[in-house]
Order: sequence, then structure tokens, then C-alpha cells
Amino acid sequence: MKDDRPSNPPEPAKTEPAFTPLGTPPEPPVRSREGDIIHTSPELAVGEGDVRTAERGIQEPLAGTSLWKDAWRRLRKNKLAVFGMIVVVIVALVSIIGPYIIEWTAGFSYDTIPRDVEKIRALPPFRDVNGNFSWLHPMGTDTQGRDILSRVLMGGQISLMVGLISTFVSLIIGVAFGATAGYVGGKVDNVMMRFVDILYALPYMMIVIVLLAVFGAETALGQLILLFVALGAVSWLTMARIVRGQVISLKNQEFVLAARATGVSTSKIIFRHLVPNTLGPVIVYATLTIPQVMLQEAFLSFLGLGVRPPHASWGSLAADGIQNIAIFPWQIIFPGVTMALTLFSLNFLGDGLRDALDPQMRKT
Amino acid sequence: MNGNGHILSVRDLKTYFETEDGTVKAVDGISFELERGETLGIVGESGSGKSVTNLSIIRLIPEPPGKIVGGEIIFDGRDIRSLTIEQLRKIRGKRIAMIFQDPMTSLNPFMRISRQLMEITILHLGYTKAQAYEHAVKMLEMVGIPDARARVDSYPHEFSGGMRQRVMIAMALSCEPELLIADEPTTALDVTIQAQILELIKNLKQKTGTSVILITHDLGVVAGMTDHIIVMYAGKVFEKAPTRELFKVPGNPYTKGLLRSVPDPAHEHGKALYQIPGLPPDVAHLPAGCPFAPRCERAEEICRQEFPPFVQLNQEHFSLCHFAEEVYANSRREVEQKQAARQQQDENQR
Repeated sequence: MKDDRPSNPPEPAKTEPAFTPLGTPPEPPVRSREGDIIHTSPELAVGEGDVRTAERGIQEPLAGTSLWKDAWRRLRKNKLAVFGMIVVVIVALVSIIGPYIIEWTAGFSYDTIPRDVEKIRALPPFRDVNGNFSWLHPMGTDTQGRDILSRVLMGGQISLMVGLISTFVSLIIGVAFGATAGYVGGKVDNVMMRFVDILYALPYMMIVIVLLAVFGAETALGQLILLFVALGAVSWLTMARIVRGQVISLKNQEFVLAARATGVSTSKIIFRHLVPNTLGPVIVYATLTIPQVMLQEAFLSFLGLGVRPPHASWGSLAADGIQNIAIFPWQIIFPGVTMALTLFSLNFLGDGLRDALDPQMRKT
Repeated sequence: MNGNGHILSVRDLKTYFETEDGTVKAVDGISFELERGETLGIVGESGSGKSVTNLSIIRLIPEPPGKIVGGEIIFDGRDIRSLTIEQLRKIRGKRIAMIFQDPMTSLNPFMRISRQLMEITILHLGYTKAQAYEHAVKMLEMVGIPDARARVDSYPHEFSGGMRQRVMIAMALSCEPELLIADEPTTALDVTIQAQILELIKNLKQKTGTSVILITHDLGVVAGMTDHIIVMYAGKVFEKAPTRELFKVPGNPYTKGLLRSVPDPAHEHGKALYQIPGLPPDVAHLPAGCPFAPRCERAEEICRQEFPPFVQLNQEHFSLCHFAEEVYANSRREVEQKQAARQQQDENQR
């Protein structure tokens, strides 16, 4: 290069090899090696390549340490989160299979009202009809003589289902809405987000109550589905904001430009390139939405708008139990404690996930 | 290099950005041609409109605020500006590919390398997943990634910067594009890797016959790589010439300044490196005359009053300057003097 400076005399034979970048000598070792790579051997880009692999030798390629593995490793170190995860898994498993085991071994289900209701109603925990110790009703019975353990487990099924399905509904709406608004930007974004603001301003519980009251379904199952939709439809707002924010910060990165430059369509850029990049915060927020939705469900059921008998949820059990709180306190204590424990655990898990997935916390 | 027609010809391209501060004429009347198999270098300081020119070619200007307001971009006989988005998408990545400046951010961190490489061939060549996967491995081998088959399923963060740039090149060349636009492909890399990457592009270009536009602010890079160079300043072409001609006999004070400010290993120790005085102009508020006039050593009154003409110095050499002929003649004289001096020296030694 230096020979081509205007100050130097031109000599074609000499200038030709000197057309190399920034004064590199005509045949630097790097270049000759590079030439080899292209034509013959794939043996080395290590000169500039992955040092770790070079150290280990090429025979043993580096096993991928993905973000998820990193996050999982950090999550396991967080005792509270592990505790939360274990409790949630246990509660979920027991809720799913518990009622069937009880039905199979003891012969009654969550809605079995025994023939001798008068004797069996409102038994204290671990007591039989005569007041002696018994394993038959570890949580006692309610005023209809139904086994509270069965009902709490069955209620757990419903509550967890409400939490998961409603969160899923909110996830779908929120991610699609937020990602679109964020990526498209401009006026579209403005209109979409003002719509979210308006919904925010309305008291969402009122909306749910109105929805449930107006569309109140005939069947218990219909009511349940309406509950999923109603709760999902009001809890996507924050999700949409989070995803929008993430997408806005991501869409100006070069990989999006690179994807556009390779002819990828807008919808694929949003859902294949951008949305996976927002997954960290989305998962964290979803985990924290589950207990929130469950609490709302409990609240609605407590008010008598949610789950209808014979179905039970923790909220409706608590509503039943509160009527006799002075005389038969176990009727509210057991569903209440189970719910509290589960909600705590989910929150711990959500916090743990947030810490584990937070890029600021990432260590190499 | 052999003249079988222009692959790309840009005529009077104007790309403006509307800002609160007024209209920014990022690219203002650029024209150039690129022949098949040729490499064109676009050189200029930051903000001179190099990148905007190239984003304009595949219409990736963020719109709004940007807008291509005038000119023609004829790619293989068709005006890119008149194409629909769907037609354009079929060209992007398949016939015109781009390599970006920062390999650290131009790969999607959440997608495996294989998927990112497969996406483009599935999209444009209609490959099945299995075919695309094999093609991805083949491309990685071609760009010199060792142990490509084992590494193709890695995530980008497991690769170093140089290797990621190789992946970007593999991706860009997957569909054997007719035109490769490399936007400062080596700026974010250190010098040894720069040399490797440039050599790689050069070799692959020879293999595939792709035309290349190389954008850079590094004169050393274009010197070794290109057939023609255009020098941009404030959204305008200041000089256009074959590479060797431009380096030997620059016909524009700005180009001369640029060449003088390249660090030279043989530079006299202790002597300050030349720098062009002043700062690049604010393209939102350009003066009436020559945009380089306030920084130009040769500037006279006319430079501040009138916009300079685009002077043809010889068949392929153009310069935007009121005194282009004079500067060019000076350059030639300097070259001759140096040549004479060297001959004298050689004779003396004998």
C-alpha cells in the first residue's frame, strides 16, 4: 500500500504485490494459511478461532452451553426457587392423581355426599364418626360430609388449570400484540398501545365480573371456559407492554437487518427471529402471572362468580369454609394454606427464573 | 472484469432523511456502474453516505424517516425502485446478498447457526430441511470453519468474532448471489483476522464470479481488493477512478487528504500524522458551494460560492472539484518527479 502513495514512483511490477491491506508484507503467514483453508484442508481457522476448542483439541468439540443450560444451572443454586419448584411440582402431581387414588382406596370422590350425612358432616381432621383417630379424612369433612382433602386436590386441579390456561391465553394475545406493535412501530404502534392504555385504565376486575355476569354460561364447564377466557383477556396487557419494549430494543439490531437483507418476510422476522429473543422476560412474567391469575380466580369464586358447584376451586372452597370459620376452622384453613403455599412457591419460582435469565446477572 | 454488461448501475440516486433538524441528504445524486465480476470500493468518512447508498440498493432504508427520492437503481436490467416488496424479497439474499459490519450482532443469538444458514436456502432455493442442512455444512467448510459438521449446530455466542463473520459470509454466499455488498466487513475485527476475512472474500469471489461492493473507511482494505473506487463525501461522489489510478494520481484534494492521513509503517518517527482539518459537515445544513471547501487546502472563493463540476480527467477518472485538472496535473507531476528521483538513485547506486 505504501508504494501506491502518490509520493512514490509507479512501477507496475513492483506495485502489484504491494496492493495488500494496510502495509501487510506481501506474503504474511496468515494469508498463506488462509489460502490453504479454502482450497484444501479445513484444519485451521483456529488461528482466529475458538480458543477453547483449540485448547481442548478439535477431536472434542465444545458442547453447547446454551442460555437455557446457564439459566438452569443458576436456578438450581437458588434454594428458594428450587423449593418453589418442588412444591409446585408436588402440588400439581398430587392434584392430578390424588383424587383418583382416594376414590380407588377409600371409595369416595370429591363430590360424594355420604348417605349418613348427619353423622359424617363437619368431621375434624383425622377423626372418625366416634371422635377416634382415623386416616380416612385427613383434612376432615365439610358441612355436606364431603372429604375436604379430595375437594382441595380437585380444587387444585381447577385452580392450576385456570392459572395455566389463562396465562397461556394472555401469553398468546400479549406476545402477538406486543411484538406486532413493537416491530411495525409508528402510527400502528401508537394506536395499539393507546388501546392497551385504555384497557389498563378500566378496572379489570369489573370487566371480568361483567363478562362473567353477562355471558354467564348454562353449564359448569361453560362457566369454567368463560373464566379462562375472561381472565386471560384482561391479563395480557402487561405482557404486551413487556414484549413490545423488548422487540423495540431488538429490532434495530443488525441481525434483524441481516434477516431482512436475506429476504425473510416480516411475519417470520417477528415470530421466528424476534419473539424467541424475548422469551426470557416472557417466561418470567408468565410464571408470575400464573399465581396472579389464580388469586383472581379465587377472588371471583369467593364472590360466587367463578367456579360453580359441584366443581370446586380453592377460592370456592374458601368461600364455603368462611361461613363456618368459628366452628369448623379446618374448612377454610386447609384450602387456604394449600393455596397460599402454592402461590408463594410460584412467586419464588418466578423470581428465581428472573434472576436466572437476567442477562445482567450472567457470568461466564 | 471482462465487459459482459453492468450487473448494477446506479444513476443519480438520492436518499433523504426527514428529521426534526431538516432534510438530511444522506445520499445526494450518486451514480456508478458495476460490471459482472468486478469489485467496487466505496470509501469515505463516517456519515458520508456509504452505508445508506448500499441499503438503498436493496431498499432497506428505514422508512420513515428515510426515503429514496430520486434516481434509478438498475440491477440486471430492472429498476429496483419499481419492484414490489414481494419481488424485492426474492432478490434479497438470493441475487443480492449483504455482509454487515458487526458480526457480533448480525447473527440471531437465539438461533443455531444451522437454522440461520438453512433459512435462506429453504426460502430461496426451495431446499428440503435435509438438503439445506447439508448445504449449510458445505458452506461452513467453504469459509474455513474447522470441524464444520460438529459446529453447525452451535449457537452464535460459541463462535469468535472472526468465525461469526465467516458464518455471515457463508450465509451471504449460500444462494450464490450475483452481487455481494460487504458493508465494512472487517471494521469490528482485529487486524490479522481482517486480512483473513478479506482474503476469504477475495478467493470466494474468484471462485463464484460474484460482483462485490466493498464499503469501508479503510483505504488499505480497498487497495488490495477492488478494481474501481468511488470516494464519497457528504453524500456525493467526490472521485471515481480505477483503484491504481486513484492511489497513484488522485484528482481531488479530499482524496489526497485521505491518502496522506493513512498511517504508514515507514512513516518518519516523531512526525505527526497528517489529518484533514475540521470535521465532516452536517449534511442537514450544507453550504452552498463545495461541501469540502471549509476543510480544503486548495479552496478559493469560487469553492464557497458554487457547487463544483464533476470533471472527467480521463476515460475512467472523474473528480468533483473546481480545480480537478490542476490537482490531477500536480499528482502526475509528483509521480514523475518521484520516478525520476528513484531512477537517479538507482543509477547512482550502480
